[in-house]
Amino acid sequence: MSHADAHAMHPPTATGLDTRKLAIWTFIGSECLFFASLISTYLVYKGKSLVGPLPHDASQCMLDGRMQQCEGVFEIPLVTFGTAVLLFSSYFVVKALSGAQRGNRKQLIGWLSATVVGGLFFVGMQVYEFYHFFHKGLGYTTNVFSASFYTLTGFHGTHVTLGVIWLSTVLVLAIRGKLPPEKALNLELAALYWHFVDVVWIVIFPVVYLMK
Amino acid sequence: MDGTSTPAEGHTHPTPALYLRIAVVLFVLTALEVGAYEVARRESPAGLAAIVVPLIVPILLVLSAGKFALVAMFYMHLKQDSKIFSGLFVFPLLLAAVIIVALVALFSVVHLVP
Repeated sequence: MSHADAHAMHPPTATGLDTRKLAIWTFIGSECLFFASLISTYLVYKGKSLVGPLPHDASQCMLDGRMQQCEGVFEIPLVTFGTAVLLFSSYFVVKALSGAQRGNRKQLIGWLSATVVGGLFFVGMQVYEFYHFFHKGLGYTTNVFSASFYTLTGFHGTHVTLGVIWLSTVLVLAIRGKLPPEKALNLELAALYWHFVDVVWIVIFPVVYLMK
Repeated sequence: MDGTSTPAEGHTHPTPALYLRIAVVLFVLTALEVGAYEVARRESPAGLAAIVVPLIVPILLVLSAGKFALVAMFYMHLKQDSKIFSGLFVFPLLLAAVIIVALVALFSVVHLVP
């Protein structure tokens, strides 16, 4: 079945556009405002913590029941590597979509698997980072930096996790041979969400990790 | 060759080579971001740091905006797709930017801790 035939199977819409694609873009638009509120909160509280640990600089903090000198918590090389993996996963899913649209099952499954692995690596990096921060004395309620940081990056990590689950379900469909070219939109919708998660991180990475 | 192809359904999509070039550019821009951060943090070499330190925030914002635009235009296909999708994304995005700037400006003049 050609792509044009597949389009012909759907009833016409007022806009002439697929309603599912319209819905995902509307959802992505609303998500922009959601993350804007979290980024605003982080920036408003930036530099206003009264006790450490702090993101970049050494400070006095409560660790092991006593006040002591603590180093900055951020591990820029690790987060940079995670960022690169997330960026490349966007390229991987574009290649997978290209395979789905052309009916190239090998390309679809290979690149989609790579995307899922990239997403899992990013989530693993974030779990490791949170664990590492907690053992440096940075709990959720330690200071305003920790509360706003964990809320912002935690919600982003949750979005990445949901993206990995969504892409994994599409991968299972592809492996079972249930994602022919006329159903490539199923992957395109997941890919749009995945790219959005990527662009949010493109903003969070410099704003949170690189601006002192 | 403008780096686009025309598949059967009529939309023009970037070629695989263009997708790869964009991935490389995204990687290079990320490396520049981290490089600028390192120069500003270590304040060395002295000459370069003197230029980068006062400009670190605009440098990071411009690089980040460039990466954002590349992903939205090419990977999310906004450049080729219907303008309705662009509107659904760009309008809330502008609103989000206004919200961030307004809140940061507001709280920079209001003291949170008395």
